[in-house]
Amino acid sequence: MQPNHTKSERNTSKETMNEAEHTATRERLSPYFGDFGGQFVPEILLPALDQLENAFLDAQADPEFQAEFKHLLDTYLGRPTPLSLCQNLTQGSPAKIYMKREDLLHGGAHKTNQVLGQALLAKRMGKTRIIAETGAGQHGTATALACALLGLECIIYMGRKDAERQQPNVFRMELMGAKVVPVDAGSGTLKDAVNEAMRDWTASYPTTHYLLGTAAGPHPFPTIVREFHRMIGAEAKAQILAAEGRLPDEVIACVGGGSNAIGMFAEFIDEPGVRLTGVEPAGRGVESGHHGATLSAGKPGVLHGCRSFLMQDPDGQVEESYSVSAGLDYPGVGPQHAHLHAIGRAQYTSVTDEQALEAFQLISRHEGIIPALESAHAMAYAIERAKHATKPEILLVNLSGRGDKDIDHVRRIFAAQAAANGGAK
Amino acid sequence: MSQRYASMFTALQQKNQGAFVPFVTLGDPDLAQSEAIIRTLIDAGADALELGLPFSDPVADGPVIQAANIRALKHHVRIQDCFDLIARVRADFPEIPIGLLVYCNLVVANGSDSFYQRAAAAGVDSVLVADVPLREGKRFMSDAKAHGIAPIFIAPPDASEATLKQVAEYSEGYIYLLSRAGVTGANDTVNAPAEALIQTLKDAGGAPALLGFGIARPEHVQAAVRAGAGGAISGSAIVSIIANNLDAPDTMLKELHTFVQGMKAATIRD
Repeated sequence: MQPNHTKSERNTSKETMNEAEHTATRERLSPYFGDFGGQFVPEILLPALDQLENAFLDAQADPEFQAEFKHLLDTYLGRPTPLSLCQNLTQGSPAKIYMKREDLLHGGAHKTNQVLGQALLAKRMGKTRIIAETGAGQHGTATALACALLGLECIIYMGRKDAERQQPNVFRMELMGAKVVPVDAGSGTLKDAVNEAMRDWTASYPTTHYLLGTAAGPHPFPTIVREFHRMIGAEAKAQILAAEGRLPDEVIACVGGGSNAIGMFAEFIDEPGVRLTGVEPAGRGVESGHHGATLSAGKPGVLHGCRSFLMQDPDGQVEESYSVSAGLDYPGVGPQHAHLHAIGRAQYTSVTDEQALEAFQLISRHEGIIPALESAHAMAYAIERAKHATKPEILLVNLSGRGDKDIDHVRRIFAAQAAANGGAK
Repeated sequence: MSQRYASMFTALQQKNQGAFVPFVTLGDPDLAQSEAIIRTLIDAGADALELGLPFSDPVADGPVIQAANIRALKHHVRIQDCFDLIARVRADFPEIPIGLLVYCNLVVANGSDSFYQRAAAAGVDSVLVADVPLREGKRFMSDAKAHGIAPIFIAPPDASEATLKQVAEYSEGYIYLLSRAGVTGANDTVNAPAEALIQTLKDAGGAPALLGFGIARPEHVQAAVRAGAGGAISGSAIVSIIANNLDAPDTMLKELHTFVQGMKAATIRD
């Protein structure tokens, strides 16, 4: 039974015929966040981006679409997710850490929120085929499950190196009916998978929606992804008000492309009393060159359709990023984060592999929650903050995903470390 | 603004010919061979050159030209090396129009004003930024023109009339007309170039259109010229000859020469 097949198929291909008309009469969203964002794509993709923006604006104003989305969020993904207070990690500190439990969502991370939203939009536009990029396979898996649910053809581009490293995730996607296409070009990682998906889209947009996985890319993607993740912060805000009777002092989230962070921040941006902190991956240390701390160490540039911060060499060639956590391993970052950074509304700091791995163990051991390595970055910062707190403070962390996917990876890292230490003795 | 494109189109018009414009990536497979390749293209009859600056993430290009970008970067080709190469070619061929095809981040990395200034100093006539559509193009246009460089925009095959009119208004030198959607790559067949599209661009007072994407055989060039285009650009077919002969540089140059001659011969209007 797939009860959602027909409902959103109204306003389909007729809509594409009238893009120009739509564009002229409707109030448009701004493609820019200050100096960042924009639509840096080949001319041929603009009609597809305009169609997407129109469909999004229509859907946002359509109670039927909203009800359908909400229904799936509640009954299929398991929203709202709980807010958990750290019981043991903060003992002896005047600070409290609250964790927004996106790890409990179907799919194992926040990602399925916006994937479901975009998949519904794709159906609304009459598209029958979905393409997406994936790094380690989390966004690919989320996309595959939404396509299985909604009866859409699903093609996932994945760097060949990533596909080899993440065989179980490839199998998972294939189980749900996705076709996984390994990408050989370039370094065979996430950035190359994005390139390949964009290439596909320049030829296939009449029938195909590109379901971008993070709050980056050309307008309107950063806005759509933020709005389809906004419930993370909205729920957390209500939950913390209920628990504490006041807003948190600081809201903390990890930042790769930045989708979980922008979903968490969105409801707090206009609350001047709330500090916003994004935690980037410092990998082996920012000074080592092996990291993904784009805002901390990159400079403004244009990649994958938007102007934002970018890891690049002096000529403007994009550099490879590195992090122990595949979900944060991206040389760019969402344009709204670049803007929040530039105007000083949010601060961006970084946490090394080693610190994240330590937090990964601490949270497992003391809270009974195995976090995703991505989320362990945000928690590493929060734990450190709590340790040095001198007054009662409320820290709200987005625990964006669960760590099941990382177990084998982390086990091998510890085994290698043990072997190295044994060898040294 | 340099008059090289205008002079070329006028001269070809008088000879009843269209333009044949080969594309290669600068620095592919390495700097020395790249220069020999470019000189061979000119020697074989290229009317103008379209040259790509190697970039790490060429999203508008198909597998063949992506591989060319990777080969050049593997040889540590720097952007200034490319400008120096162009300057040497320009010194020997003062009349041939030279267009650059680049990606946006290379233009903005050290400030777009500085980029266009360096391009102009090397002797470049036009710059097409593959991932800058009209909507984002205003700033690039004014920086280009400030240094006498013609800004080029792409006319997609399914573009609205409003878009085509803007392309015609903003592009100087020539208009890059796409034969089809998608990324660069050689085709067995080329969609009949829409005469109506070319007419719309002409009616809007646009510069002559060069048809690109999938131009791989003399009959593709002939079809473009017959449909009223100013000529045709061929990239992937040429770059394939380079890729297939990496170990045999002499054969590579010979094959390139033969290929360009055949394509140029197809530009003669009957």
